[in-house]
Amino acid sequence: MSKTVLSIRDFCVEIPTRHGIVRPVDGVSYDIHEGEILGVVGESGAGKSMAGNAVIDLLSPPAHVASGEIWLNGQRIDQLKGEAMRKLRGKEIGMVFQDPLTSLNPLLRIGDQLVETMQTHLNLSDSQARKRAVAALEEVGIPGAAERVNSYPHEFSGGMRQRVVIALALCAEPSLIIADEPTTALDVSVQAQIIALLKRLCRERGTAVMLITHDMGVIAEATDRVAVMYAGRLAELGPVEQVLTRPQHPYTHGLMASTPLASAGKDRLHQIPGAMPRLDAVPDGCAFHPRCPRATEVCRRPPPPKVENGLAACWHPLVEEEKVL
Amino acid sequence: MLAFIIRRVGQSILVLLVVGVVAFSMFNFVGDPIDNMLGQERTAEDIARLREQLGLDRNFFVQYFRFLQEAIQGNFGVSYRQGRPVTQILLERAPATLELAAVSSILAIVFGIALGVFTAIRRDGVLAHVIMSASLIGVSLPTFLIGILLIYVFSVELGWLPSFGRGDVVDLGGWKTGFLTASGLKALILPSITLGLYQMTLIMRLVRSEMLEVLRQDYIRFARARGLKDRTVNFHHALKNTMVPVITVIGLQLGAIIAFAIITETVFQWPGVGLLFINAIQFVDIPVMAAYLMLISVMFVGINLLVDILYFFIDPRLRADRTGGH
Repeated sequence: MSKTVLSIRDFCVEIPTRHGIVRPVDGVSYDIHEGEILGVVGESGAGKSMAGNAVIDLLSPPAHVASGEIWLNGQRIDQLKGEAMRKLRGKEIGMVFQDPLTSLNPLLRIGDQLVETMQTHLNLSDSQARKRAVAALEEVGIPGAAERVNSYPHEFSGGMRQRVVIALALCAEPSLIIADEPTTALDVSVQAQIIALLKRLCRERGTAVMLITHDMGVIAEATDRVAVMYAGRLAELGPVEQVLTRPQHPYTHGLMASTPLASAGKDRLHQIPGAMPRLDAVPDGCAFHPRCPRATEVCRRPPPPKVENGLAACWHPLVEEEKVL
Repeated sequence: MLAFIIRRVGQSILVLLVVGVVAFSMFNFVGDPIDNMLGQERTAEDIARLREQLGLDRNFFVQYFRFLQEAIQGNFGVSYRQGRPVTQILLERAPATLELAAVSSILAIVFGIALGVFTAIRRDGVLAHVIMSASLIGVSLPTFLIGILLIYVFSVELGWLPSFGRGDVVDLGGWKTGFLTASGLKALILPSITLGLYQMTLIMRLVRSEMLEVLRQDYIRFARARGLKDRTVNFHHALKNTMVPVITVIGLQLGAIIAFAIITETVFQWPGVGLLFINAIQFVDIPVMAAYLMLISVMFVGINLLVDILYFFIDPRLRADRTGGH
């Protein structure tokens, strides 16, 4: 197996509120390897973005990492503070945000934003940095990069801006990219291009990618492995074709059944009854049990087994014979 | 950009014409200057003669047209009170006001922006809270009261600074400056603080709220996620975006500083155009009043024009039509 880039162990994020402490991320563990794209999927509020922001230490207070460990290339980083963490951002971990229209500073030329980022992390002269800025734009497929390097963000379309954002995230050659819903704000036709671009760059450079999304199509298209999150916890983790076609966790199963792509041919889409619990009212035991068709008494009391060795966090996983899809 | 400037200059001229009409017509209602100019023992003949001499017997539009004609050539007539050309009087007085306004503006802008940025970046710090609370005083106390309080503390009680006047001035080819003498500089301190304090607190509070807004933006988070230094993020990325709306207000406030100078000049008996205007009102000295109002509006309009042009250098989105966007 290739080198492990990111390793998250028993990871919890807490937010103190007036009604007590809530845990948007609760005991999550996963690894991402070199050149691998890990999809993190879940409904809004499942804690998937929160986990990504926690890795790069950009949680907005009062949210904070309460327990667990984050290891990056063999170094423990969840305890790094201030300047040490800043040097890691951009250099070791790149981040791509959801909305390319607001991710770029409107008043600065994109070339200057690239040069500034590269010179922060790499020892480059102005002319070297400028050359690399043009090369970085060419690499993400911006036509006429030598001229466009002097353009301002508003002179690009949404898809082109997301390419610029990716160039910025990758320009110091980080070993990990956290892409937080990178295609959600884009046209469908542009989405596929951006996903293809991310895939190509990661293959070429061996960059590990945490691809956070709620779009099952993107998951199917881009990822190698998938982590399914529900109410801050990991429900299931496994290779993409296994999770998509042979889900073990009833939640994953419900999620797949309610995705147009996977249930093509059916008249009506499946609906999971109820809604994800609010974070201050997560039920005891398995968080999914009130909505789960397979729930029994055991699901209410002790927490379900942790995701391990390709097994879902469930007392009653779906097994091969009872596939309904 | 040139087309934009020409368009804006055209608009500015229109504004000045309107101000001219308003200013000029207002003076028809503030009183009869003839009463003040002639003593108790006047005859109907004297009045009629003076009225004709001053052109006050003509109809409104003829008077306004003549006023405009002369004003364009920089001639605002003769002061009824001092019997000298108004332009000359204003030019003598203008340096005092402009120097006071310049020092106040610099104080207001430099300290306003610096404190605004500080209170935004250290929003939860004790010092930031102290500054924010103190700034309420600057916003809520009237200018004349601040002036009187400063005089009481620093002139009456401590005796450190003069309470009135400009101190010694040096004549530089007609421009009497107080910048070159110790007493001139000392005399500037209290009036410029008085005049600039309100604007400073206003700019500070505005910079703070704009900056807090900008710091929440995605591009700031993205800049942090790229590992840029805090200093770069705060001062290069955030401050630049903060300045776009702030500059508009600063522009307007510079105009206000010159206009509000009337109060400060009265409190400190500062020999500028504001004090001149107050005295002119008491005497119904219409040419002086008209010239003063026109001068102030020229400054206001001129500053706004400069601010609009400044936008071009700060915000590339406004230059879009020139570079051809995609």
